[in-house]
Amino acid sequence: MGPFRSRRQLQACQVICLLILGICLSFALPIVPAWAQTPQPVDIRIALITRQQPPPPLYEFDPVPEDEGLAGGRLAVRDNNTTGQFTGHRYILEEETLEEGQDAVAAARSLVERGVGFLAIDLDAGDVLAIADALKDENVALFNVRATDDRLRGADCRSNVFHVAPSRAMLTDALAQFLAFKRWRRLFLIVGPQPGDKLYAEAMKRAARKFGLVIAAEKPWEFGPLARAKADSPTTAGALTFTQNLDYDIAVVADEAGDFGDYLAYRTWDPRLVVGTQGLTATTWHPTFEVWGAAQAQTRFRRTADRLMRPLDYQVWMAVRAIGEAVTQSKATDPGAVKQFVRSAEFGLPAYKGVSLSFRLWDQRLRQPLLLVQPRFLVSVAPEQGFLHQRTPLDTLGFDQPESACKLQ
Amino acid sequence: MWAFVGRRTAFTLIGLAGSIAASNVEAYTIYVSNEKDNTISVIDSDKFAVVSTWKVGRRPRGITLSLDGKWLYVCASDDNRVDVVDTATGEVVRNLRSGPDPELFVLHPKGNPLYIANEDDNMVTVVDVETNRLIAEVPVGVEPEGMGISPDGAILVNTSETTNMAHFIDTTSHEIVGNVLVDARPRYAEFSADGKRLWVSSEVGGTVSVIDPASREIIKKIEFSIPGITKEAIQPVGVRLTKDGRKAFVALGPANRVAVVNAETLEVEKYLLVGQRVWQLAFTPDEKLLISTNGVSNDVSIIDVEAEKVLKSVRVGGYPWGVVVGPK
Repeated sequence: MGPFRSRRQLQACQVICLLILGICLSFALPIVPAWAQTPQPVDIRIALITRQQPPPPLYEFDPVPEDEGLAGGRLAVRDNNTTGQFTGHRYILEEETLEEGQDAVAAARSLVERGVGFLAIDLDAGDVLAIADALKDENVALFNVRATDDRLRGADCRSNVFHVAPSRAMLTDALAQFLAFKRWRRLFLIVGPQPGDKLYAEAMKRAARKFGLVIAAEKPWEFGPLARAKADSPTTAGALTFTQNLDYDIAVVADEAGDFGDYLAYRTWDPRLVVGTQGLTATTWHPTFEVWGAAQAQTRFRRTADRLMRPLDYQVWMAVRAIGEAVTQSKATDPGAVKQFVRSAEFGLPAYKGVSLSFRLWDQRLRQPLLLVQPRFLVSVAPEQGFLHQRTPLDTLGFDQPESACKLQ
Repeated sequence: MWAFVGRRTAFTLIGLAGSIAASNVEAYTIYVSNEKDNTISVIDSDKFAVVSTWKVGRRPRGITLSLDGKWLYVCASDDNRVDVVDTATGEVVRNLRSGPDPELFVLHPKGNPLYIANEDDNMVTVVDVETNRLIAEVPVGVEPEGMGISPDGAILVNTSETTNMAHFIDTTSHEIVGNVLVDARPRYAEFSADGKRLWVSSEVGGTVSVIDPASREIIKKIEFSIPGITKEAIQPVGVRLTKDGRKAFVALGPANRVAVVNAETLEVEKYLLVGQRVWQLAFTPDEKLLISTNGVSNDVSIIDVEAEKVLKSVRVGGYPWGVVVGPK
C-alpha cells in the first residue's frame, strides 16, 4: 500500500506542476521567436499517383517493396517541411494508389478537384499522356517519375509535364559513353520479347551510332524467362549455343522486366561481360553511392523507410524536392507560377550528384548525371570525362535540342 | 664582422631554399582529420612533414582546438560523438555528447561551449566542453553543416545544405532569429574579424554570399571562373579571412584551386593550384601560412599567405577533411 500511496501523490504533484508550467507558458507566448510568428503557413498539396503492381508470377528473391517511390516522396516532403518551417510553407503529400485497370485520368481529376496543385505520376507512358491531355487547362504541374519512353520527351511532349525519370536514350547514352571510353566497341545486342525491350534496343543502336560503337550482332531472345525459372535441357542448350560463333567485345541485353538478363552473365560461349538492363546498368541511384553528400540521403532514407533507397524512390524524391526548391527560391506557391520558375534558367536542384540539376527549356526533361552500377558497386558516373557539349556535359546524354521532335505549346 | 654577417645571410638563404622560410616562420602543429581512415595526421610546420598519426573515432571530419591548444576536438561522425584528444599524448581522453552524426562545429570565442552541426538530424547541438552537459538543441534546416560564430559570440550561424539557408541563432536564447536564403548547398560560414561581414560558401551553387549580419542582406555573391575548368567543377567550400580584413581564401573543391579574394572590394584576384578536391582551410595563428585539405589526392597544400604561393604539399591519410593549427 505504501508505495502506491506515494506514487499517487507523485502523480498528483506532476499534474500540478504541469498546470503551473502550462500557465507560465501561456504568459510566455508573446516572446516566441520572429520566424515562428509568421502567419498560418501556405499549404502546397502534392499527390503521388501510382498503380498497384500485380504480384510477380514466379519466385522473386528481391520483391519490389510496397512503398517503392512513395517512401522517397515521404522523405522529400519531410525535407521540404523542415525548410518550410522557416519560409512559411507546409507541404502535404497525398498518396493515391490505383487498382489494376482503374482509370488514371479520373483519379487525377479528382485529386485536382480536391486542391492538389502538383502531381507526381508513377505510371506508364500511356497514362502520363492521358493525364497530361485531360489536365491541360488545369492549374497543375505534372512530374513523370517512372516512364522512360523517349516519345514523352519527343513527339509526345506536353508543356504541363516535367520529366524526372531518365529516358531510354539517356540510359543507353550513358552506357555507350562508358563503352566508348573503355574502347569496348563491338556490341552483341540481345533483345527481349516485350515492347519496352525493343525500344531499349532501338535506343542502344542510336547510342552506338552517336558514340562510334558497332552493333556486331543482334539476336532476339527466344528462350523464355530463364532468370526466373529453370527450363528444360533443350532450352538451356539452345541458350548456350545462341551466343556461339559471334565476334563481339561485350553483350548488351535489353530486358526491362528482368526475365532473362541476369541469366546471361557467365553463360555466354566466349568470356564476355554483360551490360544493358542487367549486368552493368545505368540508373539514377544505387545503395553503394555515397559521394556528394549521398551518404546522408542514404542514411536518412534507411532510417525512415527501414530499407535501401531505390531509383524510383530517388526519382519521386527529386520531383517533390524540385517543387520545394522552386517554392523556396521563387517564393511562389501557385502551381502555374512554380511551373514557370521550374522551367526557367534560374532554377537549380541540388540532388547529391555534385552538380545542380535543371530542366531543359525545350522538352522539360531533367538534366542529370547517371550512375553506372553493377549489382553491388558503383562503376562510373556519366557523362564520362571528355564528352563535351557547348551548354553542359549533361546534354551529351539523350536527345539534344537540334534532333528533338518536341514542339512545346 | 663583415665576414660574420655574410655567413649569417648565406645561412639564412640556405635555410630559405632548404626548409622554406623556416627562419622567419614560427613553428606550429597542424592537425588534419582523415575521413576515410579514422586518423589525425600531425604535421610539424617547421619540417612540413607528418610527425605522428593518431587514431580517433570513425569518420573524423570537423576538427578544432581549445583556446590553450591542449585539447583537440574531433567530430567522429559515425560514432555519434566528439572525441577530445590530448595534444600532448595523442590519446583520446574523453568524449563529448554531440547528438547524432556531428559533422562540423565551432567553439565559442571564449572557448566554451561547442556548437555542433548534426548533419543527419537537422539539429545544432550546444554542449559544455568542460562538464559535457547538453545546453541546448536548436532545430535547423536539412543537413546542417557550416558553423560560424560572431567575434563577440552573440550570434551563431549555421548553414543547412539541403534547405540552402544560413540560420542566425541567438547564443543566449538558442532561438533562430533570422534566415538568409543562399545558393545551393551552403557548406561553410565565416565571420570577418570585425563581425561586419559573414561569408557563406555554396558548393553546388558555385558562389560565395557575402552577407551583412546586421541587416541580414546579401551584399554580393562572388562568382568564380577559371579558364579550362567547367562551371560545374567550381564548388566553393572552406572560407578563411585574414584578421586585417584584406584577404579571403576560398577552397574550390574539384576545381583543385584556392581562390584569393580581395576582402575589401570582394573581387577574385588569383587562383592557386593545390591538390585534388580541396575542401577545408586553416591559417597558422600568425596567418603567415594557410593549409588546405585535398581529399582526393590525400595531401594538404601549404600556402604562403603574403606571397600567395603554394609552397609545398604534404601527404597525409585517407581523404583529409578538416584542418586546424595550434602551438607546437
